Amino acid sequence: MNQTPSDLKFLASHEWIRLIDDNVVVVGISDHAQDQLGDVVFVELPSIGDSVVSGDEAAVVESVKAASEVYSPFTGEVVEVNEALEGNPELVNSSPYEDGWFFKLKVSNENLENIHSFMNADSYLSRLDDNN
Amino acid sequence: MNRTFLYQSHLDLGSKFVNFSGWEMPIHYGSQINEHNCVRNDAGIFDVSHMNIFDFNGVEAKQFMRYVLTNDVNKIDDGSALYSVITNNEGGIIDDLIVYKFNNEKFRVVSNCSTFDDVNNFFESYIIKFDCEFLHKSTQGILAIQGPESMIALENILDLKLSNYKSFSFTEKNDLFISRTGYTGEDGFEIIGEAEELQNIWDLCTSNSIPPIGLGARDTLRVEAGMNLNGTDMTIKNNPFESNLGWVVDFSDVERDFIAKENLIEIKKTNKLKLVGVLLNEKGVLRSGQKIIKDDFEGEITSGTFSPIMKKSIGIARVPFDMNEDANVLIRNKLLKVRILSLPFVRKGKIIL
Repeated sequence: MNQTPSDLKFLASHEWIRLIDDNVVVVGISDHAQDQLGDVVFVELPSIGDSVVSGDEAAVVESVKAASEVYSPFTGEVVEVNEALEGNPELVNSSPYEDGWFFKLKVSNENLENIHSFMNADSYLSRLDDNN
Repeated sequence: MNRTFLYQSHLDLGSKFVNFSGWEMPIHYGSQINEHNCVRNDAGIFDVSHMNIFDFNGVEAKQFMRYVLTNDVNKIDDGSALYSVITNNEGGIIDDLIVYKFNNEKFRVVSNCSTFDDVNNFFESYIIKFDCEFLHKSTQGILAIQGPESMIALENILDLKLSNYKSFSFTEKNDLFISRTGYTGEDGFEIIGEAEELQNIWDLCTSNSIPPIGLGARDTLRVEAGMNLNGTDMTIKNNPFESNLGWVVDFSDVERDFIAKENLIEIKKTNKLKLVGVLLNEKGVLRSGQKIIKDDFEGEITSGTFSPIMKKSIGIARVPFDMNEDANVLIRNKLLKVRILSLPFVRKGKIIL
């Protein structure tokens, strides 16, 4: 199991968010999510410059088992995507919180205030426990 | 939920479980892809005790088999096995199965887990006309040891010479039934027996570098091998000819009557569909239900997955006869190019394209 970094915020749909700059967040999927999916074989990422809307599908992750949508936590603009996933989609399994990130979003100050509405690591983990 | 006698062993080996038709079965023990490659390159062991074993005994056992199966057990010797389907009167597939012939008065059938009621009812309804009895062997389990190294590994564990037994033959040792059959496209064996003895074989294998393999890899292996999964690639709504299984409907003995014979003769003449392989050269993964489109023709993916050997997505699709070579698949509202191929994709570890 991968340690859950305490600086992350989580969505109920298992995406994580890391604030790395005043207005830039990184988005990935949780260790629990990659574990449930099994071996990841393909990731469809958004394009740089895409506008995404909070709650909409921004990426798709395909494992041997199933396809799963990745939802954007914020309304904003895609400023970077993890090109390493093109050749090495298994990074999502081996390093979900570091090398297996999906995309970076530039988010306005106003939209970024929503970050407080997401779960911290402890709440997310206890929610997973409750569901078991 | 039903569990096999190996449930605790699966837990101890770190299995993740899936509900497979009411059975809590291992889907993988860490990595489905590693397990898949292990069977292609070496050997692995599967618990498939959720499948059903039926034994048939009686002076008319052979006549019964010749009547209820589309394939003809007359063409196999004692100690051999045959793949077949059973259909309803309209020729719709109830299940596929392997039948094992001990002698003219004793046969064994292994059929799928999810179809137990239908298959049981089917046999029950026809057997009354024959001097034959059948028994569901509910206490017995099934292990599959599959992969190019499976014979050598099993010879050591069972202390039994297996090289004389060719593909689709079987033997017995004490209370164990050992057949050279499987569902992976590799050399391999299936062993039927009581829980205690199978537990012993399982433990010997898993502690001697024959790792456990889950149903996830079983699925990717069988798709690469171009083998149908009943309920997915074919259902009661499909006939054998549109399911790549015309070869298991044996009309060669004109004297033989069997269920749906007249309808199957007619279906063979009029059938316009086929089951083919589909290869996606672009990024993405084929999944069942996706549409295959070419000109005015349309077909549908019945099984789709990612091939660990080819490192591309492959699938099985039911398409019109005239759909060949290239077509498009619709994935998330995008049309991607696919190649239409004959099955299988992989045989004995080699990619066939």
